Amino acid sequence: MARKSHVQTTINGETVEFLCESRQSLLEVLRDELHLTGAKEGCNNGNCGACSVILDGRLVNSCLVLGVETEGKSVETIEGLAEPDKLHPIQDAFLENAALQCGICTPGFIMSAKALLDQNPNPTEHEIRYWLAGNLCRCTGYDKIVRAVLDAAAAK
Amino acid sequence: MTENKEYKVVGTRPIRHDGVDKVTGRALYGADFQIAGLLHGRVLRSPHAHARILSIDTSRAEALPGVKGVVTAQDLPSAEDRIADLGEGAVNLKHLCDNILASDKVLYTGHAVAAVAATSPHIAEEACKLIDVEYEVLSPVLEVRQAMEPDAPLLHETLKTTSMGETADEPSNVASHIQHTLGDPEKGFAEADIIIERDFVTGTVHQGYIEPHNATAHFNQDGHLTIWCSTQGAFTVREQVAEILQYPISKIKVVPMEIGGGFGGKISVYIKPVAALLAKKTGKPVKVLMNRTDVFEGTGPTPASYIRVKMGATKAGKITAAEAYLAFEGGAYPGSPVGPGAMCIFAPYSIENVIIDGYDVVVNKPKTAPYRAPGAPNAAFGSETVIDELAEKLGIDPLEFRLINGAKEGDRRADGPVHPRIGFIETVETAKAHPHYTAPNGKKHHGRGIASGYWFNIGLESSVTINVNADGTINLIEGSTDIGGTRASIAMQAAEVLGIPAESVNPSVVDTNSVGYTAVTGGSRTTYATGYAAYEAAQDVKRKMIERAAKLWEVDVSNVQFEDGLFSSINGKEEQISFRDLCGQLSQTGGPVVGSGTVNPGGAGGAYATHVVDLMVDEETGKVEILRYTAVQDAGKAIHPSYVEGQIQGGAVQGIGWALNEEYIYNAEGTMTNASFLDYRMPTCLDLPMIDAVIVEVPNPGHPYGVRGVGEVPIVPPMAAIANAIYDAIGIRMTELPMSPDRLLKAMGKI
Ligand code: FES
Ligand code: FES
Repeated sequence: MARKSHVQTTINGETVEFLCESRQSLLEVLRDELHLTGAKEGCNNGNCGACSVILDGRLVNSCLVLGVETEGKSVETIEGLAEPDKLHPIQDAFLENAALQCGICTPGFIMSAKALLDQNPNPTEHEIRYWLAGNLCRCTGYDKIVRAVLDAAAAK
Repeated sequence: MTENKEYKVVGTRPIRHDGVDKVTGRALYGADFQIAGLLHGRVLRSPHAHARILSIDTSRAEALPGVKGVVTAQDLPSAEDRIADLGEGAVNLKHLCDNILASDKVLYTGHAVAAVAATSPHIAEEACKLIDVEYEVLSPVLEVRQAMEPDAPLLHETLKTTSMGETADEPSNVASHIQHTLGDPEKGFAEADIIIERDFVTGTVHQGYIEPHNATAHFNQDGHLTIWCSTQGAFTVREQVAEILQYPISKIKVVPMEIGGGFGGKISVYIKPVAALLAKKTGKPVKVLMNRTDVFEGTGPTPASYIRVKMGATKAGKITAAEAYLAFEGGAYPGSPVGPGAMCIFAPYSIENVIIDGYDVVVNKPKTAPYRAPGAPNAAFGSETVIDELAEKLGIDPLEFRLINGAKEGDRRADGPVHPRIGFIETVETAKAHPHYTAPNGKKHHGRGIASGYWFNIGLESSVTINVNADGTINLIEGSTDIGGTRASIAMQAAEVLGIPAESVNPSVVDTNSVGYTAVTGGSRTTYATGYAAYEAAQDVKRKMIERAAKLWEVDVSNVQFEDGLFSSINGKEEQISFRDLCGQLSQTGGPVVGSGTVNPGGAGGAYATHVVDLMVDEETGKVEILRYTAVQDAGKAIHPSYVEGQIQGGAVQGIGWALNEEYIYNAEGTMTNASFLDYRMPTCLDLPMIDAVIVEVPNPGHPYGVRGVGEVPIVPPMAAIANAIYDAIGIRMTELPMSPDRLLKAMGKI
């Protein structure tokens, strides 16, 4: 059996240590080793965005990052977004706008939207559509998701 | 009977009850399930579209360290060729079992052949590669008309065509033929001033839910089997697994986890019985997950089809006769939705003379599964394009043409049923008055198209239990898995009865041991039927609470009335108590109050939609850009309008994908060459404008609040609406789906 590496990283502000095989993706580590199952697997090859997390400030598909690559880095996942007593404004906007149906794509969309608003607090509808094109949603037709991100930007 | 009054909760837009869990990543979907000692399963799938299995040798896989068990069809109880009814219609049991693990033949690339349980998913995957399967490769049949040829290779040596009660002598790939007739079609065509006949071809498309199939199974030492999974119906999983494993339902508990989309594709079981077999063999819980390629190759797409439609009309625009020929691919086993396609094809119109022939045909592709209004979109692509051409040739506005011919209450559908109160005409009138339709549309290569659609909707069984809490809230127990906000729409119907806010209801979707039988979340039935059961359960609570108030005031129950959340005594005594305060008095008046409601309603009431689309055709690339989209739909009564709009928008966009890009592309050997989300191109948000969802409310007399199912019909009109708009833009009638850039360039004579 493949030898495991020891990795130390920061996840949602906390120092985390884990063991992983070099073939395990960050998505597998988050889900199977750390039980952070908010990031979802829709395709495992970078095409759906359901596994989106933020790695050192950059939006990534965690299925395309190896667990061992996160040594010394900082990972933000959906689980770290809300305050103990308060949702993040993007989360509120998704609820207010009914921007989810089955919800499997939602954590990915919210992380992706956060990465967008962190660098462009006032995006146009087109900029939102361009940025979110890496996230697939099969339920909503995107209308309410785009509106939610527009609202979250306005609320900031 | 529909209650007709101002509602307090129905029609409002509360935050959904499971919302916070779903935006924080806390909601647990099937693949998120964890349990101590878990093993991981993988399925080995056929690389051939059509082959005989000569031998399977699993010894090398079993010897790999970390492998705990391997199963093949040998591990399934032997299945006879018999028919079982499993909640969504009759199924041949051998076909059902063979689709789980192939026994004698593989019938499509991706057909499951064996499965492995190991200590990690990677080891299970490696072990699959060590299973040696010897095949005798046969010629595949990949297209419905080819499969119907008399000399086509046969998929099933024992399959014989049944046609209106008669079974043929010789085997064939045609499983069945159905026919509906009304009036005298020959006479009807003779009366027509104009007749249009065209044929149409549609590709195989997938439901495309983002969450792959998943299942975790565990056998207890006492023989109790538990399955945790994402499904549209926990009870139908229980029934199917019981049939396939020949195991009593009383020993199977299915726990429905959150589900990441289904659209009809998560009703049939695939890996759930496999997980159970592996759990049995290893004595450990086993989780089996599909990857995206497995989902495309191994689970039900919706059929490709060949359709011919002929319609005649008078100069004044009255349709005199209609004829349709529908040949649908069932995939590897019979069971295409040609039946529903035939029921829906002409249902928006009042036509006196109709003949419809439908054929269910097997081909070497995955067995098809329902997909949102199964069969109706294929059929409507044909009929709504011909309608458009009739209107155009007669110089009549396409919406006006629909007003002349539109079906109304009392009209008979060609397959028999008479329409109850329906809202088709209302959708057309609303579309006609909409600013989208009245806005000018004239630029070069810009086009506008219209199409309508029908879906009959279903009722079926649902159960709801309500437990009343001392603080004036209720816990609502239901069995309908929530794919799109139905916890809210069901809870709201109970809240309306009891005069409490939606937030005072805690809805839970529970396992098959914990609630009464509830059929699938499908057929646009959940808000309608489970909502109806919630209404009944709340009425039961109300009756019991009235008894408590009567007891408290020492009056007869006939002297207590309940209105707007307030119990009051009539006839003499001046007593009043709110629902909330009475809840605080339950222990003193006889103990807990539990209400229950069970329904199997027959009045689902059909749903109609009329869509308007503006688009632009790029002459250089053949690419179609959707510029504006308006979808009008009769919802009966929208319980939670935001989620009704969401259904309309989502359905319309799936239709846009079906119209413009989506299809299974096969090579000559019968292997899908685009089995990834990169190559099977579903719409992204950059491909789309906002989708204007317009709700029309013509109450359904078969529901207390007038609800009609809304989930399915929005996928019916888009393909024809877009084809009609392309015609308007470039003057070419597209008759093949998808209308992808290469097909458009060919049609324009550019390649
Ligand atoms: S699972 Fe990572 S992009 Fe789809
Ligand atoms: S809400 Fe279901 S995939 Fe987006």
